[in-house]
Amino acid sequence: MLKRVHFPSSPLPYLLVAPQLAITLVFFIWPASQAMYQSFLIEDAFGLGSEFVWFENFEALWADQHYLDAFLRTAVFSLLVAALSMGVALLLAGFAQRVVRGAMFYRTLLIWPYAVAPVLAGALWVFMFNPTLGIFPYFLDFFGIDWNHYLNGNQAMALVILAAAWKQVAYNFLFYLAAMQSIPNSVIEAAAIDGAGPGRRFFSIILPLISPTTFFLLVINMVYAFFETFGIIHAVTQGGPGSSTTILVYKVFNDGFVGLDLGGSAAQSVILMVLVIAMTVVQFRYVERKVEY
Amino acid sequence: MVENRPLTAILTHFMLMLGVIAIALPIWITFVAATHDAARMTQVPLPLWPGTHLWANLKQTLFGSGLSGTEGAPVWLMLFNSLAMAMMISLGKIGISLLSAFAIVYFRFPFRMTCFWMIFITLMLPVEVRILPTFEVVANLGMLNSYWGLSIPLIASATATFMFRQVFLTVPDEMLESARIDGAGPMRFFFDILLPLSRTNIAALFVILFIFGWNQYLWPLLITTDTSMTTIVMSIKQMLEAAEQSPQWNIIMTTALLAMVPPIFVVISMQKLFVQGLTETDK
Repeated sequence: MLKRVHFPSSPLPYLLVAPQLAITLVFFIWPASQAMYQSFLIEDAFGLGSEFVWFENFEALWADQHYLDAFLRTAVFSLLVAALSMGVALLLAGFAQRVVRGAMFYRTLLIWPYAVAPVLAGALWVFMFNPTLGIFPYFLDFFGIDWNHYLNGNQAMALVILAAAWKQVAYNFLFYLAAMQSIPNSVIEAAAIDGAGPGRRFFSIILPLISPTTFFLLVINMVYAFFETFGIIHAVTQGGPGSSTTILVYKVFNDGFVGLDLGGSAAQSVILMVLVIAMTVVQFRYVERKVEY
Repeated sequence: MVENRPLTAILTHFMLMLGVIAIALPIWITFVAATHDAARMTQVPLPLWPGTHLWANLKQTLFGSGLSGTEGAPVWLMLFNSLAMAMMISLGKIGISLLSAFAIVYFRFPFRMTCFWMIFITLMLPVEVRILPTFEVVANLGMLNSYWGLSIPLIASATATFMFRQVFLTVPDEMLESARIDGAGPMRFFFDILLPLSRTNIAALFVILFIFGWNQYLWPLLITTDTSMTTIVMSIKQMLEAAEQSPQWNIIMTTALLAMVPPIFVVISMQKLFVQGLTETDK
């Protein structure tokens, strides 16, 4: 990764990396190590002193039914967000790659939501599903469905998932479309000559050939659902009703900034860090495989 | 298309139009809500077709009192704050990443790989997992309620550094050899050869980072307590809370529209760069 031809050694490279490294040290590595250190401490009731307790905070989390529930909820939430947004994107990309002229026209119309901030996406969906005024509850009423996500935990979860998946469809669509367009035409034509119709070609040729993209998108979507949906949850439900939409990231924020449980919040941060590291490792191992592929 | 099947073609376009409608619906409804007056926005069912109050709403939102019942900053100031934050984050990220990628690719120096791995680590530490300690650092540095505090903690970037590293690695070695024969020093080479060569990559990255910066939410929410530092994206949440008392959805949705328009405009008008940036940074 170093150039064969490079400049002679001098103090200059240190000056060049200095800004990046300074910011990394001050705002990334130092706070992360602080979080790790704090996760081993318990503050006394008056916030005057703290005691080193090894893994007691983690043990407390492990024994805390609320935390275990939040873990399970996050898993369900992110799987559903990934499945929904990837499914819709795959379907749309499958149709869009069949269009000879106008594929770019549809692409232009489908990539908007990427530019919408998560918290704005939440605001749009909470407006559409407002129990008294919203358009969807008005129509759902005809089907006898009484929509109120402020009271019904499952409806709140469904709304958050819809908003999160809506925002991510654009991203998945772009990657699926690019993957499908890079499949050699000869393969598709050969299948057509053998008598495979559009549906058969999609499931037997296209889908297996783009499976690396599917795997890559699965990881990216899980990371998105884990960490970037904070704004959506904060705008739509604030983790409620009860704690039916409190996912891990929201719980770290809530316990740390609202509940002021520093040790517990720090321990949760450390667990989240481990999760991010695991996902990044998976993502990078995949990228290595993609190069061969 | 491989074969000619008119029926499948019709189905294809039908499904795509359906997809477009489903994807565009929330944005359309926001736009429609921004074109009606407050009274119409309290009658069920809400309109699905634009009204005539867009200018009035825009004027009230941008320069008027905004949402009554909240003592927030004027919306034009929020837009300016968002713009300043987005520009500082994107240009800052591009600047320091270009420099560090240049150092890592074109110099052999002790601790080179250590630097590389330290930059790599930032990929694994999103703001969300270290909010409290990072907040403390920024508070101790006295950077709360400032543009510096809004942008600097976010401008370290592993993805941008990796991208420029890839770009620099594809630059032929002969470029450097001939530049050195002509007597160019490292910085001369960087500014006169590397920068012009990576112009498109910089533009593509800028599009992605501008959207990233504009859409920041959790970080500004934590470190700004002064209303004059509010960004437009943050203000939506406060308005939603106020809406529980007095629902002025026309004003809220006009603000939402104003908050969405700049990044959407960037994506649509620079679509090619946007797609390039998106696929390059995730490699």
